[in-house]
Amino acid sequence: MTLSTKPNPAGAGAPARSGAAATDRNASAFSTFVRAREIPVASALVVLVVITAVINSQFLNPQGVKDLLLNATILIIMAAGQSLVIITRNVDLSVGSVLGLVAFGTGSLFNAFPNIPIVVVFLIGMVFGAVLGGINGLLVTAAKVPALVITLGTLYIFRGVLNAWAGGTQYFAGDRPVSFSDLSTETVIGFPIITLIAVFVVVAVAIFMHAVRSGRDLYAIGSDPDAALLFGIPVSRRVLYAFVANGVLTGLAGVLYASRFNSVGATTGDGLELNVVAAAVVGGVAIAGGSGTVYGAAIGALLLTTITSALTAVRVDKFWQQAIVGLLILASIIVDRVASIRRARKLRVSEARDV
Amino acid sequence: MSEALGTTETTRDTKTTRNTETVRKYLPGRDALTIYSLLVVVIVASATIPRFASPVTVGFLLLDVIPILMLAMPMALVIISGEIDLSVASTAGLTSAIMGVLYAAGWDIWTVLGICVIVGIVAGAVNGFLITTLGLPSLAVTIGTLALFRGLALVVIGDNAVANFPPGLTKFFTSKIGATGIPTVMIGVLVIIVFFAVLLHFTPFGRGLFALGYSTEAATFVGIRVGHAKFWLFVGTGVVASLVGIYWTLRYSSARSDNATGIELTVIAAVLLGGVSIFGGKGALPGVIAGVLLIGTLNYGLRLAKIPDVALNIVTGSLLVLSVVAPSVFSWAKERARRRRLRSHDPRPRASATTSTTTTSA
Repeated sequence: MTLSTKPNPAGAGAPARSGAAATDRNASAFSTFVRAREIPVASALVVLVVITAVINSQFLNPQGVKDLLLNATILIIMAAGQSLVIITRNVDLSVGSVLGLVAFGTGSLFNAFPNIPIVVVFLIGMVFGAVLGGINGLLVTAAKVPALVITLGTLYIFRGVLNAWAGGTQYFAGDRPVSFSDLSTETVIGFPIITLIAVFVVVAVAIFMHAVRSGRDLYAIGSDPDAALLFGIPVSRRVLYAFVANGVLTGLAGVLYASRFNSVGATTGDGLELNVVAAAVVGGVAIAGGSGTVYGAAIGALLLTTITSALTAVRVDKFWQQAIVGLLILASIIVDRVASIRRARKLRVSEARDV
Repeated sequence: MSEALGTTETTRDTKTTRNTETVRKYLPGRDALTIYSLLVVVIVASATIPRFASPVTVGFLLLDVIPILMLAMPMALVIISGEIDLSVASTAGLTSAIMGVLYAAGWDIWTVLGICVIVGIVAGAVNGFLITTLGLPSLAVTIGTLALFRGLALVVIGDNAVANFPPGLTKFFTSKIGATGIPTVMIGVLVIIVFFAVLLHFTPFGRGLFALGYSTEAATFVGIRVGHAKFWLFVGTGVVASLVGIYWTLRYSSARSDNATGIELTVIAAVLLGGVSIFGGKGALPGVIAGVLLIGTLNYGLRLAKIPDVALNIVTGSLLVLSVVAPSVFSWAKERARRRRLRSHDPRPRASATTSTTTTSA
């Protein structure tokens, strides 16, 4: 929860001091490589795909690729939203329940109004998600309590509301218009339409985070909330908007979930929050806030879902999947830690030279 | 904390003594509040729900609540020291899975139980090593080990279940002490409670945890071995989690990979409800016990009153949100009361300062 600012544990500092000049270039090349966290994650993804394709040639046929992308789409959108929140040094654990509520809401909308335009359904779903995200954001910013606790609570509450609302009811794809389900079966140049939506979302959010003032503010808030406040950034409002934006994206993912999967009911999206946070962390979004990118989170999501498919393709016991996800999370936070230690040491060395 | 503040103010300003006392009467300590709520819930439930006040209730309620109660003890210490452990339920699941596989392979049950505790120690030590030696944030580490330990449980036992444990042992785990309805295993649970209560409230180690949660730097300078303390705390949660795994397996007489899934959330909800601050440095075990029993009684009472299970999620979640939002509301109300008092009693130089704060807040 609190990152200790103490210098690194024993051992890490010792070798660099001897022969500093010789190892300097090596070290900097390594740290640039590690610092751009998207590159190692993307390489891991490529290696994984290549190895799997060599073992099982069926893995990369058009249908295989399509399935791969379809499975990743919903996680990609949610990871992009989650990264906005995590960058501000918060977290939203309620996203699984929010997705369930919106997906079930979509099902019941089509059930009640069979002729409702699809665009309206998307809008309603995103507004619904925004409201739920806004509740989280308001509680977090007003009560000044860690988001972990608040969203743990709303995870329960939203799931309870969904349980009460849905009961034993399930809506199936047959209740929904064909053109809606087509979104996840039709392809444009090999890409399913909902995957294109996901790519568009990721690019838009990435541009916002990279180039727009309020997007940059989120990084400042995550690095040091007090400093951000002193600097004149409206911290509470920005954090609230981050939660609302995450809600909108989760709402979008909920509508797409109803398009992609056959049934929506009371348990839809149960436990999804763990995968979403894992995807963001694996993609290089530091859980302590202030660093990471939206496309990193998206690549993380793609990597996680690809592992699942790859394990099936090479006939590894499917039970290994979750353990591997756990190892991936641990590996990526350890890599982050090593990179930040190296960066801190380099800063110290260069400051010492300047003096 | 707030009480200490209250007393210094009382000694400093005799005029406002009565005022302060009224305020304190209406704003009691957080753990006292939880204990009162528990009493109210028990009384209301006994009066309105038929067959609630009976030894049978006591028995089933306690059997249900024991895993949460056991885990809440080390978890309270971990949260007081400013960390968190989300992996406890997965550790319990992993223990359960290993227990089932080894027993099914024909191992002696006592050897198996010994190995289970070792599994808990190792799981806790992995968390402790990553958090203290590598200095990683405990939230991220334990999200990772939550997935890892549950995943290993799946690897070990797959989707099988082992059920044929020695009948004597499983019967013991559901037996009651005489006619009181209190489960026999409560004796063991009491030992754990007393152990952690003494550790937290009556040893230098425990007092160090409060300092640690309040400020890691200050604790380091005072001479507390921060890493050492945190490491052993996580080993402690690991061991208790493995005991919960054993209890869960023998109580339901079934070893499965998904045993105890998700109870880490209930444990954390109960601990926070019991007045432990999520920021660390504040909390006491009596409140935590009351928090656990409050959630347990509410759930049990609602189920007995035939309120569908779906409402239970909402109750647990609302209690959790309420328990963390309430202190903020309290401190806001206290601050307001203090401001008003200052304004009415001390109009001289403060006047300008007070007006400026009111304008900024408005």
